[in-house]
Amino acid sequence: MSGNGVSLEKNPPVKLPNEPVITPQIVAEHGLSPEEYQRVLAIMGRTPTMVELGIFSAMWSEHCSYKSSKVWLKKLPTKAPWVIQGPGENAGVIDIGDGQAAIFKMESHNHPSYIEPYQGAATGVGGILRDVFTMGARPIANLNALRFGDPAHPKTRHLVSGVVAGIGGYGNCMGIPTVGGETNFHAAYNGNILVNAMTVGIAPTDRIFYAAAAGVGNPLVYVGSKTGRDGIHGATMASTEFSEDSEEKRPTVQVGDPFVEKLLLEACLELMATDVIVAIQDMGAAGLTSSSFEMAAKGGLGVIVELDKVPMRETGMNPYELMLSESQERMLIVLKPGTEEQARKIFEKWELDFAVIGHLTDTERMVLSWHGDIVGNIPIPPLVTEAPVYERPWTLTPLPAVIDAASVPAPKDWRASLLALMSSPDLASKAWIWHQYDHLIMGNTAIRPQDGDAALVRVNGGHKGLAMTSDCTPRYVQAHPETGGRQAVAEAWRNITAVGARPLAVTDNMNFGNPQKPEIMGQFAGAIMGMAEACKVLDFPVVSGNVSLYNETEGRPILPTPTIGAVGVIEDIAKAVGSRLTQAGLGIVLIGETQGWLGQSLYLREACGREEGAPPPVDLAVERRNGDFVRSQIAMDRVEACHDLSDGGLLVALAEMAIAGGTGMEIAQPARNVVPSHAFFYGEDQGRYVIASGSADDVIEAAHAAGVPAVLLGYSGGASLVVKGLLSLPLSDIKAAHEAWLPGYMSATE
Amino acid sequence: MKARVHVTLKNGVLDPQGKAIGHSLNRLGFPEVGDVRQGKFIELELDETDKAKAKARLDEMCRKLLANTVIENYSIELVG
Amino acid sequence: MKAAVLVFPGSNREGDVAQAIELVTGRKPQMVWHGDGDFEKTDLIVVPGGFSYGDYLRCGAMAALSPVMAEVKKRAAQGVPVLAICNGFQIVTEAGLLPGTLMRNAHLKFVCSDVHLKVETSQSLFTNRYQAGQVIRVPVAHAEGNYFADEDTLKRLEDRGQIAFRYCAPDGTVDGTGNPNGSIRNIAGVFNETKTVMGLMPHPENAVEPMFGGSDGKALFEGLVEALT
Repeated sequence: MSGNGVSLEKNPPVKLPNEPVITPQIVAEHGLSPEEYQRVLAIMGRTPTMVELGIFSAMWSEHCSYKSSKVWLKKLPTKAPWVIQGPGENAGVIDIGDGQAAIFKMESHNHPSYIEPYQGAATGVGGILRDVFTMGARPIANLNALRFGDPAHPKTRHLVSGVVAGIGGYGNCMGIPTVGGETNFHAAYNGNILVNAMTVGIAPTDRIFYAAAAGVGNPLVYVGSKTGRDGIHGATMASTEFSEDSEEKRPTVQVGDPFVEKLLLEACLELMATDVIVAIQDMGAAGLTSSSFEMAAKGGLGVIVELDKVPMRETGMNPYELMLSESQERMLIVLKPGTEEQARKIFEKWELDFAVIGHLTDTERMVLSWHGDIVGNIPIPPLVTEAPVYERPWTLTPLPAVIDAASVPAPKDWRASLLALMSSPDLASKAWIWHQYDHLIMGNTAIRPQDGDAALVRVNGGHKGLAMTSDCTPRYVQAHPETGGRQAVAEAWRNITAVGARPLAVTDNMNFGNPQKPEIMGQFAGAIMGMAEACKVLDFPVVSGNVSLYNETEGRPILPTPTIGAVGVIEDIAKAVGSRLTQAGLGIVLIGETQGWLGQSLYLREACGREEGAPPPVDLAVERRNGDFVRSQIAMDRVEACHDLSDGGLLVALAEMAIAGGTGMEIAQPARNVVPSHAFFYGEDQGRYVIASGSADDVIEAAHAAGVPAVLLGYSGGASLVVKGLLSLPLSDIKAAHEAWLPGYMSATE
Repeated sequence: MKARVHVTLKNGVLDPQGKAIGHSLNRLGFPEVGDVRQGKFIELELDETDKAKAKARLDEMCRKLLANTVIENYSIELVG
Repeated sequence: MKAAVLVFPGSNREGDVAQAIELVTGRKPQMVWHGDGDFEKTDLIVVPGGFSYGDYLRCGAMAALSPVMAEVKKRAAQGVPVLAICNGFQIVTEAGLLPGTLMRNAHLKFVCSDVHLKVETSQSLFTNRYQAGQVIRVPVAHAEGNYFADEDTLKRLEDRGQIAFRYCAPDGTVDGTGNPNGSIRNIAGVFNETKTVMGLMPHPENAVEPMFGGSDGKALFEGLVEALT
């Protein structure tokens, strides 16, 4: 029953003027396979209207339904005592103590950023921000993981410039500091760049807002920007058949307005401080469709949406366009009855549109009305339960052969090899990028970009620090997805640990190629298996995430890239440490075992031109033991600087610490380690850290007691990086090489 | 009626955006491009039929908001 | 010292400066909405950083015409001190409270970075806790911080000691080194004629705690407390 006496199940909806007949081509243009369309017919009991077809198309798209990835994502650990909300909501929620919760998620905006880098990246940031503040959290930090193509590729420079400007343009205007991230370059991304944006926000644990609608009859309210034709794909429009005025109806690229989103953020937070919200959801991908559908579905209810009441930016918009528009900066709210005026006042103060566009029903159907006519009528539960879920065939990538250090040439010139690595695109300073991001607003940034392995911001109202990172080593994942997946989680865990914080939870952004290819599906499966194991052993559950598939051009897929975003807490931010070496006379201690693993190392790639070998193995028990030890030493105030080892291995990590802090060191390979020197210094063995300590003896003694390998390499001091018997390089030379590459690359003329 | 307002930088005010545009054009294979100045174009729909009145009001709009007269000039064109 | 911090649609550093003021005075400032043509009398008015009105048309252009700014102009004329930071500086130049204008950074990009500033004079409400010639380190975060004024205005500013801060090298040399945006004569901040209104592009409010970027900015707020209490 609808509540207005009309038996909706029996009466088919009214078609729109000039609505085309649905043909197999139109079905295909909507991204539905013939089998999927058969399911639609079975659910509907009749041919759908174009609007209804559009809704199925959106809800059953890969992005909204996770149809290719769901079966695998289920294998990820998602629980822990500190997890308040795992995957399934707009973002994940964890308890960080003192009645506070951290709410966070990472999302991709890959394809749009390739087409229009500034707006693609900007709207990506806008979207993830909304996902976090829709749950009641004021965002306090942004991070991003960017993957670009070969620097020599003609489009790369333009993409870097646009993406960075877009991220900065949106985040800076919103007033949220962008405090960390990573940027890599590889030819595999030439046709498909990756823009993964992460936001972390803070909310009181007793004031978190969810999407599940409740209360039959409660009003459905639209707030934010007016709806235009952004993001609607031309193919599905068949504009000449809908209307004569096809020129004016050409769909547009999504354009973000961070000023409006800032107003929306403040208005929403103001509304959230009252007691009138029942449920709230942002309008992201598939806009009004996915938000209204999910709110009703989660609440086990139905909804009537009166589309003619939707605030419109363009003239002549039709229900199809209104349901599928991806205009930015809009939210959907279910209010308590009778509170509409109170809410409206807040949005009017902030000069935002506010419209009651429908209400909840008990029919479990989504009913769309247009000037009194019913133009869409879909049963909600079957659309959810019958949504396609694919168990796509997969083949695992076999583990490549281990590279023996003896088969890898040592550098002819150690100085040149270090300078070349430090100035290589992946390792070079990214200051050109993050100086375009306001990383200081809110006055809580304790560790600035490149000053530590994780970003660290103070949580207002106390001494707590929130450590955040984004990490992944795609070349490892390509070589052996399971190891790469394990390593990505382990490295994110190490990053948080290295600043002294306790790692709490993960948000994963899975970027892969075409899942209909078994080897790609196998990459996904392998990565998930590795990630799941690491999350389990490290007590590091996944609380939110995103999947981006089909990142390939002309059959060439990207490197499989499971970006791991992570958050941790340090109770007293004054105890946190960065990686800058600023004092002389400190002992430089290497934690963890070094066997000299050169397979898939940057040295092997950059110096020898080889991308081969098995990636370094990850022993999770060792990771845990070594990391917990490092954290304990930091807590005991024995650590002045700490850096976990990753790309480039030990020598690169030491160089990074030295130039960041302006203090050199004199060190040597320990006598009893008989690994060839290039393997010792450039190998990328996992589970390792460098600690600079004024009480190195105590650290080493404690390490041995804990069963953690630890050895003194030397002492800090001077203005050079000296490795006895191998090289002596002035820090100024290293710094110059490190800092020159990116600005030089970006300002070079064609 | 429709009004078109052009807001341009005064001579002598440095225009780094114009400079960047000029250099980009040169690099794209248009060496004949010399100095470039970038300005703003604002189109307004006015509910007014008297041209003189409209001109006077637009003048005020420009001085009050549309142009920063410290560094910008403006010109007004009425259409229709 | 009672302070009012203005809030426009799009302001985003009002929280930072409120935090700094509370740190130094022990008292939260009053937050004043742009639509209020009147607000409680205070010893100090602060126009904070951000992207008021999205920086649309010109930074600060629309904010300068808001009801609250009309009241601020009145009070400034009566000698009530006004501290205008970043977007605030842009707003008060648009409002005519300070001479000159802020244009797009010469290198055309947003820049967030520490800069060194030379304090030009300690003879003001704002700078009395610094020494003339002292070099301080504070951050900037802006895309339109390129200060410009015509020659006559510049001469007047120099002659009357109205330059508050200049970008300099870490050792205090003013020769363009460390100028993050191309500002003419490396000008980072200026006073009005009576030195009761000061505008600057850098963010002293983000340099008040040693652990969070250094505390060279604290003395600016301490100076205000000293002068106005």
